[in-house]
Amino acid sequence: MALKMVKGSIDRMFDKNLQDLVRGIRNHKEDEAKYISQCIDEIKQELKQDNIAVKANAVCKLTYLQMLGYDISWAAFNIIEVMSASKFTFKRIGYLAASQCFHEGTDVIMLTTNQIRKDLSSPNQYDTGVALTGLSCFVTPDLARDLANDIMTLMSHTKPYIRKKAVLIMYKVFLKYPESLRPAFPRLKEKLEDPDPGVQSAAVNVICELARRNPKNYLSLAPLFFKLMTSSTNNWVLIKIIKLFGALTPLEPRLGKKLIEPLTNLIHSTSAMSLLYECVNTVIAVLISLSSGMPNHSASIQLCVQKLRILIEDSDQNLKYLGLLAMSKILKTHPKSVQSHKDLILQCLDDKDESIRLRALDLLYGMVSKKNLMEIVKKLMIHVDKAEGTTYRDELLTKIIDICSQSNYQYITNFEWYISILVELTRLEGTRHGHLIAAQMLDVAIRVKAIRKFAVSQMAMLLDNAHLIASNTQRNGICEVLYAAAWICGEFSEHLEEANQTLEAMLRPKVTTLPGHIQAVYVQNMVKLYASILQQKEQAGEKEAAQEITQLMIERLPQFVQSADLEVQERASCILQLIKYIQKLQIKEIPVAEEVIALFAGELNPVAPKAQKKVPVPEGLDLDAWINEPPSDSESEDEKPKTIFHDEEQRHSRHRQPEIDEEELARRREARKQEQANNPFYIKSSPSPQKRYQDTPGVEHIPVVQIDLSVPLKVPGMPMSDQYVKLEEERRHKQKLEKDKKKKKQKKEKRGKHHRHNSLHTESEEDIAPAHHVDIITEEMPENALPSDEEDKDPNDPYKALDIDLDKPLADSEKLPVQRHRNVETLKSPDTEAPLVEQKSKKPKKKEKKHKEKERDKGKKKEKKVVEEEEEKKGEDLDFWLSTAPPPASTAQPQSEPEVGAAVVAEPQGVKKEEREEQEEEEEDEGKKSSKHKKKKHKKEKEEKSKDKKKSKKKSHPSEEETTESVQNGTLDDEPLPPMSSYRLLAENPYIKTTYDIQGNLQNDSQVTVSVIFENKSTSFLKSMELNVLDSLNTKMLRPEGSSVHDGIPVPFQLPPGISNEAQFVFTLQSIVMAQKLKGTLSFIVK
Amino acid sequence: MIKFFLMVNKQGQTRLSRYYEHVEINKRATLEAEVVKNCLSRSKDQCSFIEYKDFKLVYRQYAALFVVVGINETENEMAVYELIHNFVEVLDKYFSRVIMFNLDRVHIILDEMVLNGCIVEMNRNRILAPLFVLDKVAES
Repeated sequence: MALKMVKGSIDRMFDKNLQDLVRGIRNHKEDEAKYISQCIDEIKQELKQDNIAVKANAVCKLTYLQMLGYDISWAAFNIIEVMSASKFTFKRIGYLAASQCFHEGTDVIMLTTNQIRKDLSSPNQYDTGVALTGLSCFVTPDLARDLANDIMTLMSHTKPYIRKKAVLIMYKVFLKYPESLRPAFPRLKEKLEDPDPGVQSAAVNVICELARRNPKNYLSLAPLFFKLMTSSTNNWVLIKIIKLFGALTPLEPRLGKKLIEPLTNLIHSTSAMSLLYECVNTVIAVLISLSSGMPNHSASIQLCVQKLRILIEDSDQNLKYLGLLAMSKILKTHPKSVQSHKDLILQCLDDKDESIRLRALDLLYGMVSKKNLMEIVKKLMIHVDKAEGTTYRDELLTKIIDICSQSNYQYITNFEWYISILVELTRLEGTRHGHLIAAQMLDVAIRVKAIRKFAVSQMAMLLDNAHLIASNTQRNGICEVLYAAAWICGEFSEHLEEANQTLEAMLRPKVTTLPGHIQAVYVQNMVKLYASILQQKEQAGEKEAAQEITQLMIERLPQFVQSADLEVQERASCILQLIKYIQKLQIKEIPVAEEVIALFAGELNPVAPKAQKKVPVPEGLDLDAWINEPPSDSESEDEKPKTIFHDEEQRHSRHRQPEIDEEELARRREARKQEQANNPFYIKSSPSPQKRYQDTPGVEHIPVVQIDLSVPLKVPGMPMSDQYVKLEEERRHKQKLEKDKKKKKQKKEKRGKHHRHNSLHTESEEDIAPAHHVDIITEEMPENALPSDEEDKDPNDPYKALDIDLDKPLADSEKLPVQRHRNVETLKSPDTEAPLVEQKSKKPKKKEKKHKEKERDKGKKKEKKVVEEEEEKKGEDLDFWLSTAPPPASTAQPQSEPEVGAAVVAEPQGVKKEEREEQEEEEEDEGKKSSKHKKKKHKKEKEEKSKDKKKSKKKSHPSEEETTESVQNGTLDDEPLPPMSSYRLLAENPYIKTTYDIQGNLQNDSQVTVSVIFENKSTSFLKSMELNVLDSLNTKMLRPEGSSVHDGIPVPFQLPPGISNEAQFVFTLQSIVMAQKLKGTLSFIVK
Repeated sequence: MIKFFLMVNKQGQTRLSRYYEHVEINKRATLEAEVVKNCLSRSKDQCSFIEYKDFKLVYRQYAALFVVVGINETENEMAVYELIHNFVEVLDKYFSRVIMFNLDRVHIILDEMVLNGCIVEMNRNRILAPLFVLDKVAES
């Protein structure tokens, strides 16, 4: 044996340790992989040895290799071996390796359960610590279930180091084993007031994380957190708490009001940027949640905006970034406050940092107006040209489109300009957003009637230059715009000047390299073009030309008939046959154009993309039959989606009235059937824009803008849209002038273009009259349109399982909590001695209530509440905290306690009742009425006379309080009590003043905890305080084991002059049927 | 929540990695590579926050070493930024020179500061306490 040991250590001398490995890898740069595989072979050998030190060394090296990306899962069992080493230095290596590479799928992990349990209960706190740390990385549902109780016990460990870790690990346990949340929660909650700041901060962390996911269950903790927030000086904890409040406040606007003041104070006072940022964020959240009912509301916004401006102006890029980020949150609700800082935001667009520019872009979206849209977009276009990364360029592109199209093109005054912008954007290579541009082109061309002519000319140009756009179809998303171009040219071919040329362009062989869906559109729209050319030629009597064009089609179409894409093939063959037929007729000299053109008569109108998706399939409806049904049918179908649209409308306020849309659609469908070129309904439905265009004389007759078709694409010089910017400026200027002069006459224009523009607008009354109106507003704009994502959460979301209503003893939460409360208690050991959770501030008045027994199976859980009756509280604060509970509950409750109980718990036996704070309040108010099921006990204070004990001055004070047991030892140096405290006067004399508060005990519902604050009013030192209470049959003070019922309980602190401190005393109650009065004596020595 | 904590050098080699949510080993390599690429591509006058996929990267550069932390949207960027500095200061205090060979100890330090993805301890003495104990054990 000894020999073996010696041999082992000699072997070790030749083993590599981690350092050698690291060096070795460094020295084998060329053949690193080979070297490492060699090392792994060595490690495998080492792992076969019995010597634990060798194994640990091997595992240590493996951990390093794992970090480099090598799979070491094969060594899982060896890792477990090292984990179970008795020596800490080895054990921790094992745990480290495990924490790096174990996960839920690791099958050997179940072998670790007992080892971990052993380590958790090790007398060495670092053994426990390392086990806890490791566990946090690889806990599985099974481990969580098996170890939950052990970890929970550790939460009350004597060492803060362990308590802290145990508290943190519980979070992972909750996630993996949600059933543990309720049982463990009371203890977790009490850790919020742990004397050790580390433990406290851990508990805050865990609860914050839990609460962030399911805030409503934690609303009742608000007072406690509020207290922590106002008392803590630890910024890390403050950040967490403030973040938590940010999550809670949307649920309870009153909480927000309460928070504003302390938060603004923090904003003013703190020097920590992280804290400042968090405060601002939460203030924003508060302001969002408040329904503007607050008077100094705008002051808070101003404060935030100011602070953010300072951040943005800071030279530190990080602060700048955060400032912009927070600013965008304000923008959503208070755009005006942000808009005044437009200059600053625009500056940020020039920032060298892309992240900052992106943030600024987000902000810009909310800041555009009719006046500055062109300017802003121009700036963005410059950035597009300069942009290096495609990501940023794509982002710019989407932003430009978002900005322009928002609110139904609300800010666009000149659509020619916008089309030019879109055309310019098609020059972007490699963008993924070609479809976006295409959608915009289609949308604008369809909805803005007056722009069609211009749009068609631009699109024809695009088609003509398709080879530029489509040069690299594979990677090039931009070719999507050809889809739009082809469609627009076909559909609105009557506006086309050089239809022949465009048709030629569409028939080029190169087209067959485009994606199938685009070719399909090409094919379809060629026919439209062909039809309109045919018509022209026939009307002009050029029969030969008409036949030529037919011949051209017949020659070229076969290339599409051969397409691999079914859609293209099918359309092409149909159309080819059709045209062959036409050719026959033409040869017979029969005029065909009218009939051909009739194929495409009528308007195609836009439908919101979501609209179709949202149409539910009505029962028994055959979707295939839809198109050919008589109009009445489709009308009835149209009615159905209304509710759905309505839903949507709530989310997107700018959505137009759905009914109108629907009617319009229905009408349009009908209209199409009537095959009327000019749709009368159309005009009716949107009279104003139509009218406007009619009123502007000559629009339609003005010669088409004379643009050399190829210029904008081929000439890299001045972007075309710039012309429009200038034109627009002129136009506006002119408008202004005219207005000023109150003249309506036009001035002469130098150029036809100018003339056209101005002729459109001279008469408009608005400050900046739009050049074109958006005709139809059926569509929703795409930006931020996340249709229904808000509701559907990921079903796999692990946090969902934690959406558990935690029982709040005094909160008025609904019935559910009751049941859960029971669960909690089941798991709890009855004799938990841990300090009770305080819930100060909750009860304004105290009453004692007892609750009925809870279920038997769980044993002795009874919940009692102590409510004491006392004078009036003054409580707005109270009112506030009280009101944290949903109002309806409170009204419902008073009379119906029995029902509540019954309803709540379907259980056979006891009915446990949760008292709500409100309820209590009411009871108090009624104080005298009673009448509830429960009886209240009023405690009255009794004054007792001082007794003299031994010598000097001992005074016993009238104290009517209960006894003590567990003591929150005097950690709370009584700072001024948090405003919402509900402590009531217990007794007072020249030396001392006592106030108290009573809470039910979460962990043991047959107990109540009385917190008493002792305040030294004298100038002397008070010591040896002792409180004794005469037990009644029903109510007994909990005393330390072994002491008799006559012993008092010492107060665990002394009081220097002017200082106050708090002690807690626990009472057990037998029943809550009767009100209880207790008499007690407080004795102390004055020094 | 913090999703992962990385130390990477300029050559893109990982020097320390800690994931607070399980990530497949082969995905880690890709992720780390992309993260480094992202950080390396930035100059000093850019902010230390990068939006990357569905989370954010907060990084700081110390000579040739990057400390990169991946966080989700609920974490306070600035706080994490400060955390990194704090972490490096602690390392600086504890290690005289090379930390490479003491990876396990770096892990101990990190585990004291960040657990479960939560920032839990910032007090230098408390952070180092377990290490000092360990050192004593090792000496004896």
